[in-house]
Amino acid sequence: MSASPSAGLAAGQVLEARTYAVTRADLVRYAGASGDRNPIHWSDRVAAAVGLPGVIAHGMFTQALAARAVAEWTDGAEVVELGAKFTNPVVVPDDDTGVEVVLAGTVRSVEDGLAHLALEVTCGGTKVLGNPRAVVRA
Amino acid sequence: MSLDSTLVGRTFPATSPYRVSEERVAEFAAASGTPYTPGGQVPATFPIVLAFAAMNDFLDEVGVDLSRIVHGEQKFAYARPLVVGDVLTTALTVASLRQIGGNDIIGTRSDVTDADGVAVCSTSAVLVHRGGAA
Repeated sequence: MSASPSAGLAAGQVLEARTYAVTRADLVRYAGASGDRNPIHWSDRVAAAVGLPGVIAHGMFTQALAARAVAEWTDGAEVVELGAKFTNPVVVPDDDTGVEVVLAGTVRSVEDGLAHLALEVTCGGTKVLGNPRAVVRA
Repeated sequence: MSLDSTLVGRTFPATSPYRVSEERVAEFAAASGTPYTPGGQVPATFPIVLAFAAMNDFLDEVGVDLSRIVHGEQKFAYARPLVVGDVLTTALTVASLRQIGGNDIIGTRSDVTDADGVAVCSTSAVLVHRGGAA
């Protein structure tokens, strides 16, 4: 970690998009690490029973990927705020390749020592998070 | 089954103290491929571990099955960074409740405080309870 992690951020800066693959194995691992064992994230039977199109990623897994991108872009800057709506499900097939989630972002402003980042999180071209955003100490 | 509107404003008993350990933070970071080195920044969504435990207690209390919950929104606002060694408790408050098309839209706020009772992080969630005819 550098001493002034996000010192390089400037308003208007476009952050280099990241692509992360998500597989069923990732969801199982996240379930264990987070304590969220909701079966809609690993059981096709339960997912179908509650009307979902298939096993879906935890919204918080997708948000964790957003936080990962922020950490990578800012070299581990302190996050002051993070938020998003879960607008579309990330359906994760039961195969070895899974799906790809793409993280894009821009720096909206840098003022008073805080950088405001606007993110865009998509899967198959569809936005899966609504108004994903982060505020980091610059 | 719809939830009772008198829940709004109610704060549920705080969770048992949770000690933030290097091992759990590293495991959580690794699960999403997030870079983490011991002593470094704890992943920003890590407090969901605490908020999720508080939510489970709440759902048990009001008799809602987790599989009928879909997460609508999640926000974190930090008063200070979490650090390994923190001993944290979390208290969930029902902030809002409305019914749309047979679903309950539950707004919750979970306040995470340290062993001195000082605020560390406030997390807000929107939970969609798919009521329907089960």
